[in-house]
Amino acid sequence: MKRPSTFLYSVLSFGFAFLYIPIFVVMTYSFNDSRLATVWGGFSTRWYSALLDNDQILDAALLSLQVALISATVATVLGTLAGLALNRMGKFRGRTVFTGMIAAPLVMPEVITGLSLLLLFVSLQELTGWPASRGANTITIAHITFSMAYVAVIVQSRLAGMDNSLEEAAMDLGGRPFAVTRDITLPLIAPAMASGWLLAFTLSLDDLVIASFTSGAGASTLPMVIFSKVKLGVTPEVNALATLVIALVAIGVAVAGWLMFRQQRLDSPAAK
Amino acid sequence: MTAQDTSKDQKDREPASQNGACNDAPWLDPAQQPFIEIQSLTKRFGDFTAVDDINLKIYRGELFTILGGSGCGKSTLLRMLAGFEKPTQGRILIDGVDITDLAPYDRPVNMMFQSYAVFPHMTVEQNIAYGLKKEKLPAAEIKQRVTAMLELVQLPELAKRKPDQLSGGQLQRVALARALIKRPKVLLLDEPLAALDKKLREQTQFELMNLQDQLGITFVVVTHDQEEAMTLATRIAVMNAGNFVQIGSPSEVYEFPLNHFVADFFGSINIFDATVHSREGEHITVTLEGSGTQIRTRHAQPLASGSACMVGIRPEKLLISKERPTLEGHTVTSGVVEELAYYGNRSIYRVRSENGRLIQVSAQNYQRSAALLLEWDDEVFISWESSCSVVLTE
Repeated sequence: MKRPSTFLYSVLSFGFAFLYIPIFVVMTYSFNDSRLATVWGGFSTRWYSALLDNDQILDAALLSLQVALISATVATVLGTLAGLALNRMGKFRGRTVFTGMIAAPLVMPEVITGLSLLLLFVSLQELTGWPASRGANTITIAHITFSMAYVAVIVQSRLAGMDNSLEEAAMDLGGRPFAVTRDITLPLIAPAMASGWLLAFTLSLDDLVIASFTSGAGASTLPMVIFSKVKLGVTPEVNALATLVIALVAIGVAVAGWLMFRQQRLDSPAAK
Repeated sequence: MTAQDTSKDQKDREPASQNGACNDAPWLDPAQQPFIEIQSLTKRFGDFTAVDDINLKIYRGELFTILGGSGCGKSTLLRMLAGFEKPTQGRILIDGVDITDLAPYDRPVNMMFQSYAVFPHMTVEQNIAYGLKKEKLPAAEIKQRVTAMLELVQLPELAKRKPDQLSGGQLQRVALARALIKRPKVLLLDEPLAALDKKLREQTQFELMNLQDQLGITFVVVTHDQEEAMTLATRIAVMNAGNFVQIGSPSEVYEFPLNHFVADFFGSINIFDATVHSREGEHITVTLEGSGTQIRTRHAQPLASGSACMVGIRPEKLLISKERPTLEGHTVTSGVVEELAYYGNRSIYRVRSENGRLIQVSAQNYQRSAALLLEWDDEVFISWESSCSVVLTE
């Protein structure tokens, strides 16, 4: 095999350095003993213990987790149903429009999504009195709307790659439509649903813009707290918090990727 | 051409078998009840007619093959039998019951898919048991029947394996076992051997025939491979553009093709232009264009004297020699060997005849030296028994 040139290696290293050095700096400085975020004062984990004593941050983390868990779960259910409908219902009127519309939130600027949801909640409140106040539930609803699009796209692409005759075979063997979905379709798209859930979870955990728009007084998610803290200057505590968030997101993404990879490997022998 | 027309032709052609072996050829016996009856079945997709007003009778225990190129409508026909496509028009009856409006899961029919469609998340055992589980049979009976089926397809040691640990041939057996375990009245097979390599194909072919014989289930096979159709089938229906072109036993469609399309579909054939000279009963005399040679052979369809037709002769029916043959009832022509290909067991010669036509001859190499007797540019004589040729229409 030909050895890649030095040029290619340096381009690659430069690219990765550009992507990851800022993250490594944050992670390194989270173990900084110094109070000044930019001066190295020796190794310490004191900022991690300081985090545990900070009620504001803990509350925000709990809220974020709660929102992420609920919104990811609901988004997975709705997104899967949407993906199934778009892929397995055959040709129905407006299918192309629906397919395009389900993917639109992926490219919609977050500011616009956030703003439109805020307007929706405000006018709903005026018309029906619900939601009485904006907070955890409005953030959750907002997160469901944008993350179900991701789940639908993942599930749909999995279904598109799946042999239609598997479901036909089950039906041929006496499976009624509901049984076929339960016995064949769902087990086969389960990995896609799982990676969709993980993606929805991390997206919800990360989100600052939409949460800021749809939140009310007293309900601050973790990204909102970090953002407001940074406005007063970067503290080592924020570095520690960021490191934890990065670790959590990295695990989520890695598991999602692994699930998709395993699925592909399982699929390929059938084609041999 | 509908199915009835063709079966009438067959009776015309083989009057002897009408009295004798009716068990072997139930389609020749008008008193026999058809097991599958397809009545003026049509399927349109928008403007495109995939299956065009088809009539067909298939009898109990037959291994019926539908043969055709891609897009001829054979798969659509099979999918209508299975219930995955709704016919635009027409009825399908199995064992006297109209199943046209039944859902796939209510039909006494099972299908083996071309891709095998073995469920990747279930073991071999679970795959085979699936159909019985849907029937809600007691667990003990399911277990016993699955075990027996695994024995039948020779896979008992692989019961606990997942499909991704199986070879192509093993997957094929799982798919077959899964389709057979519900004891369907009819088993539909979509290109059953297409995904196997050549060696495995031949072996599986015989296994499939034995299995069918053993179980007595009516098989309907769809394939694009004429060799597969020839070896498997009791009868072959050749399909083109949504219609049956000819229905008959393998030897009938090979030896007595009705027209150019069928003749060309099964192996190679030399085609000569000719005109009809005269007709008497079942026999027809035609004059070859160019040489003026007259050929007398069997042909059931009415053709007016003086009308244009074609004469076909299979390459293996031709004899090639250096000396002029003097055999009774043979048509002889001469030419020059232009190309030759040696295949070991046989050789193929392409001979440019005296009137400029390229004739293909396939000769068995009886002796070791036989292949070496003829060389390029040798002057040769080609002859054939006139009754071996077949008169074709377009």
